[in-house]
Amino acid sequence: MSKKPEDIKVILATDCGSTTTKAILIMLQDGEYRLVVRGEAPTTVEAPFEDVTMGVLNAVTEVSELAGRKLVNEDETIMRPTSGTNGTDIYISTSSAGGGLQMMVAGVVRSMTAKSAENAALGAGAIVMDVIASNDKRLAHEQIERIRQLRPDMILLSGGIDGGTVTHVVELAELISAADPKPRLGIGFHLPVIYAGNIDARVNVGEILAEKVDLRIVDNIRPVLEEENLKPAREMIHNLFMEHVMAQAPGYKKLMSWADAPIMPTPGAVGLIMKRVADEEGIQVLGVDIGGATTDVFSVFKNPSYDNHKDENEIDNPKTIFNRTVSANLGMSYSISNVFKETGIANVLRWVPFKMDEVVLRNQVKNKMIRPTTIPQAMETLIFEQALAREALRLAFIQHQNFATTLQGVQKKRTISETFEQADSDTLVNLMGLDILIGSGGVLSHAPKRNQAAMMLLDAFQPQGVTMLAVDSIFMMPQLGVLSTIHPKAATEVFHKDCLIYLGDSISPKGIGKPGQTVGRYKIEMPTGQVIEGELAFGEMKKFPLGIGEKAKLTFDCSRGFDCGEGSGKKIEREIFGGVVGVILDGRGRPLIIPEAEAERVEALTKWLLALEVYPETALKG
Amino acid sequence: MGHVYTPGLKVTEYTKVKKRRILPLKGDVVVKVGDKVNPHDVVARTELPGNVDSINATNLLGCDPDDLQYFIKVEMNTPISKGQVIAQNKGIFNTGFFKTQIKMPFDGHIESVSHVTGNVLLRANPIPVEMTAYLEGQVMEVIPNEGVVVEANATFIQGIFGIGGERFGEIAIATPDYNCDLTAELVKEEHRGKIIVCGRRITSEAFKKAIETGVKGIVGGGVDDRDLKEILGEDIGVAITGSEDIATSLIVTEGFGDIPMAERTFELIKKYRGRHASMNGATQIRAGVIRPELVIAQPQPPAGFTEPTEAKVGLEIGSVVRIIRVPYFGVLGEVIDLPPELMVLESGSKARVLRVRFKDGAEAVIPRANVETIET
Repeated sequence: MSKKPEDIKVILATDCGSTTTKAILIMLQDGEYRLVVRGEAPTTVEAPFEDVTMGVLNAVTEVSELAGRKLVNEDETIMRPTSGTNGTDIYISTSSAGGGLQMMVAGVVRSMTAKSAENAALGAGAIVMDVIASNDKRLAHEQIERIRQLRPDMILLSGGIDGGTVTHVVELAELISAADPKPRLGIGFHLPVIYAGNIDARVNVGEILAEKVDLRIVDNIRPVLEEENLKPAREMIHNLFMEHVMAQAPGYKKLMSWADAPIMPTPGAVGLIMKRVADEEGIQVLGVDIGGATTDVFSVFKNPSYDNHKDENEIDNPKTIFNRTVSANLGMSYSISNVFKETGIANVLRWVPFKMDEVVLRNQVKNKMIRPTTIPQAMETLIFEQALAREALRLAFIQHQNFATTLQGVQKKRTISETFEQADSDTLVNLMGLDILIGSGGVLSHAPKRNQAAMMLLDAFQPQGVTMLAVDSIFMMPQLGVLSTIHPKAATEVFHKDCLIYLGDSISPKGIGKPGQTVGRYKIEMPTGQVIEGELAFGEMKKFPLGIGEKAKLTFDCSRGFDCGEGSGKKIEREIFGGVVGVILDGRGRPLIIPEAEAERVEALTKWLLALEVYPETALKG
Repeated sequence: MGHVYTPGLKVTEYTKVKKRRILPLKGDVVVKVGDKVNPHDVVARTELPGNVDSINATNLLGCDPDDLQYFIKVEMNTPISKGQVIAQNKGIFNTGFFKTQIKMPFDGHIESVSHVTGNVLLRANPIPVEMTAYLEGQVMEVIPNEGVVVEANATFIQGIFGIGGERFGEIAIATPDYNCDLTAELVKEEHRGKIIVCGRRITSEAFKKAIETGVKGIVGGGVDDRDLKEILGEDIGVAITGSEDIATSLIVTEGFGDIPMAERTFELIKKYRGRHASMNGATQIRAGVIRPELVIAQPQPPAGFTEPTEAKVGLEIGSVVRIIRVPYFGVLGEVIDLPPELMVLESGSKARVLRVRFKDGAEAVIPRANVETIET
């Protein structure tokens, strides 16, 4: 792209999803970049259209009409550059149409090089169909059968630190060679395989695979045990995504010729914007996008072993660590039945404050699966669907916590107290340090009341301490992610002003108590001068109005056994921020325990839902 | 009453049906454009590479990977029979005594011998794959080395959900009308090898009896999810079906629960009882949606068939609709108002709605996303 950032005043961006193509128009207004309008149209990758650009032009035409600005030329191309009040300075796009980017990864040890390969693929925006490892307990012929059965878009092969095992890596290459896998798109093409393993095995891997696949070699993803070097592999994945996957998909060659930046896989772009915002503001971020078929969880947390005496740009010393997981079969329409299957009816119904019939519910869930575009009409159906959403989010989050860990295989020195503290997990996800929790996807972004979105986020993720809750209003993070590669300022301005809807800070002390026991004393000094004081009892929730952009001063004096970030029984004093829901005090304790006895459970749920004004009182009787 | 469809679902008495019959790997097409074909006729064939097994020969023979080549007793890529010795060492202290032998575990060949890992890759003989025509029709296009496009004039009925793969058989009607469940008593010995059609819910007992009897397929209005779980032995998580290991394929035309087949659909299939049909339960509700289908070949237009007038697009006052979400799931009604503005539903969501009048005269407001049109 030749245009300088300061010359870019009009930006047109699209995201080609599996079903809908979304277009946004961003313009420089009064010195700041703002979203002007958005439009959408059905995606046209599949028959009978088989040309993605038709959907793009339809979505852009809608934007054009809404903005009163001509954006499409007579010859059906994007009008660039701007001319008077028409056209755009740049056009960019992301894509997850046609199933997105589907990959297989392989490595020697499941929890080490194979995990690093999985991490690289997920971070690049791929769906990882399977992970093959030398120690995954499958026999060679089973692994070969699996590779042959799945038809990925590409394979990432890693294994061995530099100078380490050659034999195991070569064995993996032999498995791939024996399976002779075919790419999903483009019959007759060679499948791209990226080799990012032990440097000493390159020649052997080349001998085995070069004839059969389109082999690309990049730097080792795990050159030494203590380092993960994901960037070269991720960049190669993006290049191959453009060269192979996109080039095979109908209409993408034309789309690629229009775009001023490489077309990125949608989730990869979301990761970029989240990491940028987290890094720029020094905050820890957790994001979730719950769709019809899949749920993506993204996180940016501080690197626990960051050494501030060393350069943060060194590969072994990043300040923050980005992780992404895709729960391929957790979603609210196509995969709704799988959520039900995975978690079980009891776990879903524990969020519903009245009785429901199991046979009827089972059929309802399946009918939603086969008719995914229907919407809940009755309040009871909405409550049930949001209960399912809590479980989908919870399961996806557990998967993320288990994945987002410190590097495995590294020798660590721990004090005795650290040993006890970290005995259960090496996850990077630190809920107490989390600054903002962002939800997106229909069930969160389009919940009839924002209070419902806030409650779903609190129940599913159980943030601790002070955490801002937010939803992405129209899911424009993908477009902003690509934009951040060429115009970071515009991307972050729009992210804060137009993309996020702040729901408000939640204050959730960690700890367990007895019903009625005091969790702590709170004092909130409102911007109006009003001071709200009181005691928060265990099992109690409260909500106070504090609008978007407003801030108040919070003092929360935790009782013994409860922690808001400063330690058990310690007081915190800090600024808190409002949102469309307000400030939430969540005294239910962490971990959140739902009473098992039916009457107690219904009473507790009803109390919480009413305190946060989630549903009308009449609806809670079922 | 006219025919029922979810937008995109077809129930048509006479239409052209085209099917791409493509091999999983490149192979030979054995028919040519213009050939008449029957469902069981082979149109293309290929050979899938045989299964692979890997043996670590160096461990078994006690030698270095570099030396392995000296112990291999057969040529690479030449046919080897099961039990034939493929590698052998020189015995203890190279004396020729107590030799260790590696025998071929199946008919096939040696594909590679690795001097790095010491693994010997053995590949079984290729597995022949034949692609049948599936339809009674004509070959319209040949895609060299890949497959063909077969076209047929047919009665074409898409269901909403199914399980099991392609089946062929004579159509038999098992229930007296469209509003009757398929119970075990209604599945009879005479249904062996046939595709049976019923009105309302397919019970698990009936399905089990159908499998025992050797019924090829069942088409019905609905099925209970609990019954489906019992039949399959597991819950269906994602609607990608067709590869279930089940002898009797299943298609439901309406959905899950006690829901009768649309009367028009039932009567249409009933009209062709005794005729042969192709069916496929494969369903994929994702991008690239695939719905299950029943296809009855009609070389000539059916007697009395007239070309339908141009299909009405969208809803209008007077349209007959079926409601496809609770609280009115499965109920039919007539559209009496189509307010343009968004309205707030009981759930609090804002949506475009329509007002319907039911048979009993009662009226209700329904989101437009929750109805299917029924042509009259």
